[in-house]
Amino acid sequence: MDLGILVTVFDSALRLSIPLLAACLAGLWSERSGVVDIGLEGKMLVAAFAGAAGAYVFGSAWIGLGFGIFASVAFALIHGFASISQRGNQIVSGVAINMLAAGLTAIVGNAWYGQGGRTPPLEGDQRFDDFLFGHSALVFVVLLAVPLTWFILGRTRFGLRLRAVGENPAAVDTAGISVTGLRYSAVIIGGVLCGLGGVYLSVAQAAGFLPNMTTGRGFIALAALIFAKWRAWPALGACFLFGLLDAIANQLQGFSFPGIGEVPVQAIQALPYLMTVILLAGVIGKAIPPRAAGVPYVKER
Amino acid sequence: MSPAIELIAINKSFGAVHANKDVNLSVERGTIHGIVGENGAGKSTLMSILYGFYEADSGEVRVNEKPIRIRSSIDAICAGIGMVHQHFMLVEPLTVVENVMLGAEGGAMLRAGEAKVRKELARLASDYGLEIDVDATVGELSVGLQQRVEILKALYRGADILILDEPTAVLTPAEADALFELLRSLKAQGKTVILITHKLREIMAITDRVSVMRRGEMVATVETANTSPPELAELMVGRRVLLRVEKTEKVPGAPVLEVQNLSVVDARGVLRVANASLTVRAGEIVGIAGVAGNGQSELLEAIAGMRRPVLGSIRFQEQDVPADEHNPHHMRELGLLHVPEDRLRMGLVPAFPAFESAILGFSDEPQLGKGPILDHDRLVADLAKKMEQYDVRPPAPRLKTSNFSGGNQQKIVLAREIERNPKVLLVGQPTRGVDIGAIEFIHRRLIALRDAGVGILLVSVELDEIMHLSDRILTMCGGKITGERKASQTNEQELGLLMAGVTDEAA
Repeated sequence: MDLGILVTVFDSALRLSIPLLAACLAGLWSERSGVVDIGLEGKMLVAAFAGAAGAYVFGSAWIGLGFGIFASVAFALIHGFASISQRGNQIVSGVAINMLAAGLTAIVGNAWYGQGGRTPPLEGDQRFDDFLFGHSALVFVVLLAVPLTWFILGRTRFGLRLRAVGENPAAVDTAGISVTGLRYSAVIIGGVLCGLGGVYLSVAQAAGFLPNMTTGRGFIALAALIFAKWRAWPALGACFLFGLLDAIANQLQGFSFPGIGEVPVQAIQALPYLMTVILLAGVIGKAIPPRAAGVPYVKER
Repeated sequence: MSPAIELIAINKSFGAVHANKDVNLSVERGTIHGIVGENGAGKSTLMSILYGFYEADSGEVRVNEKPIRIRSSIDAICAGIGMVHQHFMLVEPLTVVENVMLGAEGGAMLRAGEAKVRKELARLASDYGLEIDVDATVGELSVGLQQRVEILKALYRGADILILDEPTAVLTPAEADALFELLRSLKAQGKTVILITHKLREIMAITDRVSVMRRGEMVATVETANTSPPELAELMVGRRVLLRVEKTEKVPGAPVLEVQNLSVVDARGVLRVANASLTVRAGEIVGIAGVAGNGQSELLEAIAGMRRPVLGSIRFQEQDVPADEHNPHHMRELGLLHVPEDRLRMGLVPAFPAFESAILGFSDEPQLGKGPILDHDRLVADLAKKMEQYDVRPPAPRLKTSNFSGGNQQKIVLAREIERNPKVLLVGQPTRGVDIGAIEFIHRRLIALRDAGVGILLVSVELDEIMHLSDRILTMCGGKITGERKASQTNEQELGLLMAGVTDEAA
């Protein structure tokens, strides 16, 4: 393999890992505060749609970003209301978010633009331009979120409280800190990050929204989160690894293996998923989630 | 002397339950004040009101003779009230420093606050002997040290009044002694301590005054020097109770249960019982003493067949029990019955009516109905009879199980198991969450059973209970059996050492 192909693969790995990373960090914030979030997929999807529609209507990628983040945060707040205020089942709420997002984006998209759920193609200022090394500014914003997450969680008062509330909310409550407030903050941060990931998909990576364009990235991000054991830097590593697998799979399409011949595209596309299963089952050992994750906080009598 | 805390005419209801009725309490500054009462007497509710976890429906709280309103824990902390909860309010994956500073970080960045916490912890360590490794992860500390972190948290926040809720429930006797030493030194420095407990021995040992609660009311406050355990027990229950049921010496019969080299590994792969061997003979009570979480529960569950041991075997009435027959169903058929430790999780179904809970595990018995259909009238009549014998209140077989008090639930479980004529009875924490009056009854039953020739294996974290009931006592620590003593030939200090892991060779 020559250097050119390596650079291409690396480049496309980075491109593919950015939405994963945004969603993975969103999940990290949410789950470290004790709110399990399987609605990452749905939030990215609404952000992708709202971002593309906003960019198309206002002719600006940045306005699109604003719309995308707004939509994603709105969905995050629905999840927050169900699981924090109403103490509902967080898995059920997350599934509902995903279903609602998949249906709503397709139907609204079709009603507005009549193109089978797609938004019209974006061009010029409606898309994010290359900012540095052929990557858009969003890539660097998401990458910057890694050290920021690490620093805030580990070195600030807010981070300490957030980590504590995901492990033992009663301890936070008896210290006189609002459990509800902390969890809502985390969920909103998760909404913003999912918004970045979703808008990146439709306004930077692609040129417009396609129905169900997240194609399971929200779930792969959850896998990466477990793989990274809910920590920021390892999350970067895990997401890049999954992005790399994806990129390699793309390169290998049509490639003839010695002794095997050409492998069907579907088998290659399944590689990242297979790898996830193998990694999670065997290699990384026990990943212990935040203890209070998934458990609504109720003051005991 | 002036009062540090006064509670005046406090009322608090949860739905139909009147948890605190016109409660008055005055605690003098610089004293250790005990609060005793049975479960559900309202002690914890009262303290939760003082700490801002709940707000009282009516009444007044005065701290240092000034009326204040405590709406949240913050208000309580600001008023100088600190609380050590029965279930620690600690974040296990965080370090001691992080736990202490949580909620009092002193700025948006942690670094500045951290230096202050370290300095303050060093001062507290030298002032009160509260030494601790400040960088240790809390989850890896012993329970005694975790409690120390809780106390440090309260002191760091400037608590002048320290409330401790059942602080010795999880401690070894030696750790409890160290805690009392600490409380005395806090008192000597002018701090006020409120101690909630149900252990009358501790009240007598350390408090200056004691208040007794019963059914939500404050029934008495007395000088500790002028009272006695029987008097306090009578105040708590409302009638005379025997604190210790007498039993006669008996020569035990043939071995009915022999456990050989049993080892148990839990779901996380941690060794919970290590090579435990023991024998229970007919007509003898063998007690297993140990601090909660040292493998007693797992040992009991493994013997009952609920957990599969990784190594070891058991013999029942001098017959080997093959590993593939070692399951709860078969053990029950053999005559090994089990009163599990956690009655709400393993002994009863809280949502079932009592008569259904009363046949759990025995629903296959042919006399309970015709074929697969249960005869409800018969079950109700059966339980009504047992409820009379066991003095279950209210004697209402159709009432939902969860509506009975802890003691009455326990009597339902005991009646179910004992009335099936066990050869061996495994009993876990028979009186946990049970009122003093019912404890006396349960102890009498167990001794009567032993006198009738049943072999009883008793696990309890209440050392008093083990010492009162057992003929022989085994101690467990870290999954190992660390010692064996005749109950008549040992004492609390010796057992305490064994429970702390000092083995026979060293003792």
